[in-house]
This record gives sequence, structure tokens and C-alpha cells, in this order.
Amino acid sequence: MKLYDGGKIIAGLIIFFFLVTFPFFLNIGKVNAKPEPKIDTPEIQKLAEKKCIESKAFMRAEHMKLLNDWRDSAVRNGERTYVNSKGKEFTISLQNTCMHCHSNKKKFCDECHTYMAVNPYCWNCHIAPKEKES
Amino acid sequence: MLEKALNGSRRYWTWVFFLLALVGVGFVNYLYQFKNGLGITGMSRDVSWGLYIGQFTFLVGVAASAVMLVIPYYLHDFKKFSKIVILGEFLAVAAVTMCISFIFVDLGQPMRVLNVIFHPTPNSILFWDMIVLNGYLFLNIIIGWMTLSADRKGVKPPHWVRPLIYLSIPWAFSIHTVTAFLYAGLPGRHFWLSAIMAARFLASAFAGGPALLIILALIVRRLTKFDPGKEPIQAVGKIVTYAMIANVFFLGLEFFTAFYSQIPGHMDSFKYLYTGFEGHDRLVPLMWTSSVLAVVSLILLIIPSWRKSESILATACVALFISLWIDKGFGLVIGGFIPNPFDTITEYWPTLRESLIATGVWALGFLVLTLLYKIAVTVREETSGIEIEH
Amino acid sequence: MSMDRRQFLKIAGISTVLGLGGASVMRGVRGSEAEASHVMTNEKALTAKRWAMVIDVSKFRTEEEYKRLIKACHSIHNVPDFGEPKDAIKWIWTDTYEHTFPTQPNEYMGESVKEKPFVLLCNHCANPPCVRVCPTKATFKRKDGIVMMDQHRCIGCRFCMAACPFGARSFNYKDPRLALKPEDENKEYPTRTIGVVEKCTFCTERLSKGLIPACVEAAREIAKETGTEPGMYFGDLDEPGSEVRKVLSACYTIRRKPELGTEPSVFYVIGGEKNA
Ligand code: HEC
Ligand code: HEC
Ligand code: HEC
Repeated sequence: MKLYDGGKIIAGLIIFFFLVTFPFFLNIGKVNAKPEPKIDTPEIQKLAEKKCIESKAFMRAEHMKLLNDWRDSAVRNGERTYVNSKGKEFTISLQNTCMHCHSNKKKFCDECHTYMAVNPYCWNCHIAPKEKES
Repeated sequence: MLEKALNGSRRYWTWVFFLLALVGVGFVNYLYQFKNGLGITGMSRDVSWGLYIGQFTFLVGVAASAVMLVIPYYLHDFKKFSKIVILGEFLAVAAVTMCISFIFVDLGQPMRVLNVIFHPTPNSILFWDMIVLNGYLFLNIIIGWMTLSADRKGVKPPHWVRPLIYLSIPWAFSIHTVTAFLYAGLPGRHFWLSAIMAARFLASAFAGGPALLIILALIVRRLTKFDPGKEPIQAVGKIVTYAMIANVFFLGLEFFTAFYSQIPGHMDSFKYLYTGFEGHDRLVPLMWTSSVLAVVSLILLIIPSWRKSESILATACVALFISLWIDKGFGLVIGGFIPNPFDTITEYWPTLRESLIATGVWALGFLVLTLLYKIAVTVREETSGIEIEH
Repeated sequence: MSMDRRQFLKIAGISTVLGLGGASVMRGVRGSEAEASHVMTNEKALTAKRWAMVIDVSKFRTEEEYKRLIKACHSIHNVPDFGEPKDAIKWIWTDTYEHTFPTQPNEYMGESVKEKPFVLLCNHCANPPCVRVCPTKATFKRKDGIVMMDQHRCIGCRFCMAACPFGARSFNYKDPRLALKPEDENKEYPTRTIGVVEKCTFCTERLSKGLIPACVEAAREIAKETGTEPGMYFGDLDEPGSEVRKVLSACYTIRRKPELGTEPSVFYVIGGEKNA
């Protein structure tokens, strides 16, 4: 097929490109503060050992996968106890386990997610902890 | 060939923009539904499928009807259909597009629609329906496109198209059979739980789809230089007649079983639809409109001398199409939910937004149809006079 | 959305295509920590081969008592009350004999049964049509017989609602949080969101902690307060000595629409004394 109106098509493509990349342009110049998730919740303060379910590196990289597995394990297989790599047991629950320690969702989960521009839809259903003060 | 759709008269573009406007209105309302949930529709806990699924069901029939042209032409070498067959195939493409859109707008969580593929579940009829509908869409796009572009060049379509054409025949039956199975296998919904459901679906499809095709062919003839021919239209008219007789007969069988057996579960939905039940009669006028139109169309169609007149044939087809649209696009789905599992009644009527969304989907389908027909007709106008064999 | 993307990658993974990789949660591809961890059922969890319930309607006396059962369930599961039937969400509710057993009508029944409210909930059928029709396995039958909903997977097609002969399923036509006051929410359980179907789960989350379903617990409390026998029993149908089996062998019980072959796991004692 011959390329009719080649000029118009190219102009169209350029406009399209700008539209698609618009969000990036918006962010130019805005130095995004590197996220600093806070672990200073009262619940974590009370811990003898300030440790997460698994190591920090693992949690940082794999928590979304872990949550997926937790979800299937609890809802689909009825297995609601997680034994971590050290043999420690945790009840499988987003609201009652993760958010019990990380009761500062805004300063913790959201801190990273906003930075990374991910918006987990979990909170449409799962009730986020009541933020203490901010 | 696509560029042929971009070259049209003022009237063509007015029509295209009119359809686009309707699609736009539907889309805006869909966004509202997307945000606020299906609560903006008339559907309820008791009547949990409504206009959308009704229209889907009806349109599957329209899509399947292309086979009524393919069989005579390709299996029985009925040459007269050579020009009209492409109209059937493209109608199928437009109809399946609407079917898929109707399913989509009916979903509560449309963003998760791919879960049907991520978690394939062969015991679910909906899973199969997705497969057969998408398959049918692709078959018809490929077949229609390849035969048309071959025509344009004055050559035969590639030989690999023919097996696809043969495949499309059982496939057309499958889409409507599987769609009937969505309903016919549900325990406790007596109105649907009937072995004749699939047969009834096919009969109504082979009446309603070709009737629409006759109307479209007549419109195409009036608006363009392309003439599908008098004889093919008459031949399709005969198909419509027989199919409609079968359809009404099957409906009669349902009535007999329900009312001679006197089993309440079997009678109640019919009573609700045709006479009202325990004081609820919202669908009665619609169902009687459908019945009267069915009878009128049958009378006009059965008498051969009347059917030969194209204006009477056209009238009959319009009457028949509306009749089936009400019966299958509305009554059949709603009726199955009334009375509900507790033997009580919650009535249903679509809301304005719901109707606008449905109109938007129809407009989308007609847009696809218009563009495809424009291409087909332009090609045919260019090659008129040349007879090619497929 | 990107949850789906991840699932897509998973699907693309050869292992899934070949149907390998079983139900074990951690697939061992992600380093030593994941490999070393595992999941299990809680030691305290109540287990059974086939959970079942017997409801003895004669044991309930007042409207208040039914309301307590319903409240026990709906409050802990964050079931919203929109106050109108069209968009109603119900996990457990009451209705008359006539509506509960529409295929067994009896005009000449005494007022005591005719007017009696029957407690209704998901039947947790052994042969559930809702599971058969679900295109994503969002609703499925667990090994212990419970018909469970996975809210994460439901696409909201409502096929299951058409398939359920018992009207046990509700669809979230509206955002449930519009009808839930934040102070009334149970913070330990999720709400739902628009566009998913929900129903009674026989309190799987409680069973896993060693607790019986909330409605049965409420019925026991009522019985204790009034010094009578409870109107709801819960136990393993496969266990001859279980509470439900004892009642089933002592009383005449019926199930809703047994002729449809779905084999409900909820039984009803209609009236009279337990050993009548
Ligand atoms: C027992 C309390 C506790 C629980 C339960 C818990 N966390 Fe943590 N979490 C912590 C602590 C303490 C840290 C900091 C670890 C460190 O610095 O080594 C942490 C760190 C993290 C990090 C890494 C933060 C960073 O700065 O990189 C993520 C991500 C995380 N948690 C997510 C989760 C998720 C998801 C869950 C539930 C599956 C969960 N946590 C459950 C206490 C907890
Ligand atoms: C150290 C930064 C960090 C912290 C803290 C963190 N997350 Fe994340 N989370 C991420 C990143 C990055 C992604 C995106 C990963 C991707 O797109 O693959 C993500 C993705 C997710 C996802 C998947 C969402 C999706 O759309 O795919 C979930 C669920 C999630 N996080 C839950 C949590 C919860 C709950 C907490 C708080 C307990 C938390 N996260 C804390 C960095 C973080
Ligand atoms: C449609 C509503 C809905 C959404 C959205 C949702 N969940 Fe859930 N989730 C539920 C329900 C309902 C349960 C069942 C609770 C139970 O049985 O204890 C559940 C259970 C879970 C569980 C196990 C039990 C528990 O108490 O936490 C996990 C883990 C979980 N969800 C994670 C997630 C994550 C991660 C997301 C977001 C990526 C998410 N869910 C989004 C409704 C939802």
C-alpha cells in the first residue's frame, strides 16, 4: 500500500509520541525524593528483634509475590500459617499481619509505591490501618 | 483495501459521524458505570442479567446466520450467492464484535477479563463461549478479507482459505449451540432448562440474521451501484421463511410441555411473560408485540406471491427482526430469572444509562459493518461485470 | 492490573504451560529464603471431610434471635446494608417456608410453620452448579466441602448467580463501603468492592483459627441465655459421631430442592420436638 499523506502520518506519530510520554515530561526537573519507608511504628518498636517476615532484601524485592502466594494459600488452600526461612510462624493475613506491624501505610507502603508509581488495588477491599498521626 | 473506507460521499461521512457520536455517548456512560458499578443498571440480585446479556444472545444468532449463505454457496455450489456471501461474512464480523462488547460491558470487573485465559476452566460454558466467539470472529475476518481481496485482483483466493470456509460452517453452529448451553444447563431455571433450547436458538438465528441481511442488501442496492441481485434475495427470503416456521414451532413445543404437564416451575415464566404473574406484567405488552409481529411476518412470508414482492418481503423482514429481537434479546433472558429461586418476583427494566451503553455498542457494531460494507461494495463496484469463481 | 501482568508472566512460564508446578506455594525459583519457607494449616484449625449444618427452626422463638444470627455474620464480614432489595447483599437471612421450599408447597400447613422464619444461607452443595459454571475458578469447592469465593479472581460475570438454584449469591452492584460506617467495620476482615460476587463461606477464616461459624456461635449463645437447645449445629457429615450426624439420625430433616441433585450440606428440622 502506498503511503498517502506521509507528512500527516508522521506529524500524527509525533503527537502520539508526546502524548504517550507526557507523564515523563511532567516529571522532568522534579527530583523525586528517594523513598524512605518508615519502620517506626509502635508495634515494630515493641519488637525485640526488628525483623520482617523475611530478610529486608527479600521483602523489598519479593513482597508482592509473597502477598500473591499468601493470598492463594489462605483463600484457595485454606493454609493460613506461614513458616519463614528461620522457622518462625506468622499468620497469613494482609490486614492482620503485615499491617499490624506496618500500621503506617502512608509512610511505609505508599512511600515506595508513589515513588514507583504502582497503585496496588488491594485497598479497595482490604481495610487500611487507621493512620495515627502524620 | 482499507483506504476504500476513507473515501466516501457526504452522506457516508454523516452516517459514520452519527454512529461515532452514539459510540461516544455510550462510552461516556460506560465510564460512569465503570466507576460506579453495575448498580446504575436495572439489574438486581434477582434479575442478575439484563439487556446486555440479552443483546449478546440475540447477536450471537445474527453472527451465526452467515452460515446460511456459506452453506448454499460453498457446499451446494449455489452460484447466485457469489455476490451476497461477503455481506453475510462481514455482518458476522460486526455481530461478533457487538457480542464481545456486550459481554465486556456486562462484567463487574472488566480489568480482570483475562482471568478467563489465565485460569482456563473447561467445565465452564462461558470459557468455551469465549473460545468459539473469538475463533468465529477471526475465521470471518480472514475469509471475508481474503476472498474480497482476491476478487479485487480478479484471481482465486489462496487455496488455504477453503478449509477455513468449511471449518466456519460447523463453527457457526457451535457459537449458537454453546451460547444456548449457557442457559440450558442450569438447574433450577426451568424456563431455560430445556433440551430444545439450542435448536430454538439456531432456528431463530437463521430467521433473524438472514432477515437483517435482506434489509441490508436492499439498503446497499438503494444507496450504491452494487446490486446483490433479485434472486439471491428471494433465496434468502425462503431461508428466513423456513427458519421462522421452525422457530415458532419450537416455541410451541415449549408451551405444550409447560402447560400440558402443568408443572408450576415450567409454566411460571411463560405466564409472567405473556399474561403477567401475581400482578407483575411489565413485559406483557412487549411479548405480545413480539408475538403479533411474528405472526404478521409469517403470513407475509409464507404466501409466495407476497414474498416475491420486495417491499412486502422487506416489511416482513423488519417485523420478524423486531419480533425476534424482543423475544430473544429481552424476554428469553429476563423470563428465566422470573420468578426467582424463592418463587417471588422482582421485575426488571433497563435504565437510561444502560440503554445508552447498549445503543453505543450497537452503534459500534454498525460502524464496523458500515466500514466493511463500504469496502466490499467499492470493490464490487469496481469489479462489476467480472465473474470470478472461488 | 499489574497483578494480572505477573500472572501473565507466570502463564508464559513453561512450567505452567506444561501443567507442572503443583499447589506448593513457594516454587523455589526465588532464592534460598523462599525455598526454606513453607505454609501450613494452623494447628488449632477445625477440619472436616465435609462440613455441614443443621438448622432446627423450632428452636428459635423471637425475631430478635434471628436478627442476632444475621448480625453476628454480617458485622464480622463487613456485609453492607443498603436498605433496599435491588442491590441487597446477604450472606445469611430469613424467609418463609413457602419461599424456602417452593417445590414443596402445602396450603394446609399450620400457622406455626407457615409463619415461621427460616434461616437461609449458602448450601455449600456437594455438587455445586456455581462452581461448574465459573469461568475463572473464582468460586471453587475446597477439600472440606466448603464452596469458597476467591474475591481476587472474580470477574463479575454473574454466571454463578444464574446457576445457583438457592439465591445464595449477591453481587456488588454498588461500592459496599458506601453503606458501611467506618466505625462499624471489622478491621480484621476485608470489605468487597464493586463488581464481585459474594456469599457465605461457612466462616473459613474462623475455622482456621479453631472457631465455629459466627452464626452457629450466636445460636449457642442464645441457647445458653434462654436455657434451651441451640437451633444450629455444625460438624462433619463424614464423621458418624459428629454433632450434625447425631441430629440427622435423631430427627426428620429436609433440604432445599434436593431434586436438583446439587446435594446441599444444609439441613432443616422443621418442627416438633427433637426426638419426635
Ligand atoms: C513483625 C512485624 C512485621 C511484620 C508482620 C511485617 N513486617 Fe515488614 N518489616 C518489618 C521490619 C521491622 C522491617 C525492617 C527490616 C529491616 O530493616 O531489616 C520491615 C521491612 C519491610 C520491607 C522492606 C522495607 C525497606 O525499607 O526496604 C517491606 C517491603 C515489608 N517489610 C513488607 C511487609 C509485608 C508485605 C508484610 C506482610 C507480608 C510485612 N512486611 C510484615 C516488620 C514487619
Ligand atoms: C521498598 C519499597 C516498598 C515498600 C516499603 C512496599 N512496597 Fe509494595 N511494591 C514496591 C514496588 C517497587 C512494587 C512494584 C513491583 C512491580 O511492579 O513489579 C510494589 C508492588 C506491590 C504490590 C503489587 C502491586 C501491583 O500492582 O503489582 C503489592 C500488593 C504491594 N506492593 C504491597 C505492599 C504493601 C502491603 C506494603 C506495605 C506493607 C508495601 N507493598 C511496601 C515497593 C515497595
Ligand atoms: C475484591 C476485594 C478484594 C481485593 C481487591 C483484594 N482482596 Fe485480598 N481478600 C479479599 C477477601 C474477601 C479475602 C478473604 C478473607 C478471609 O477469608 O480471611 C481476602 C484475603 C486475602 C489474603 C489472605 C487472608 C487475609 O486475611 O489477608 C491476602 C494475603 C490477600 N487477600 C491479599 C490481597 C492483596 C495483596 C491484594 C491486592 C493486590 C488483595 N488481596 C486485593 C478481598 C479482596
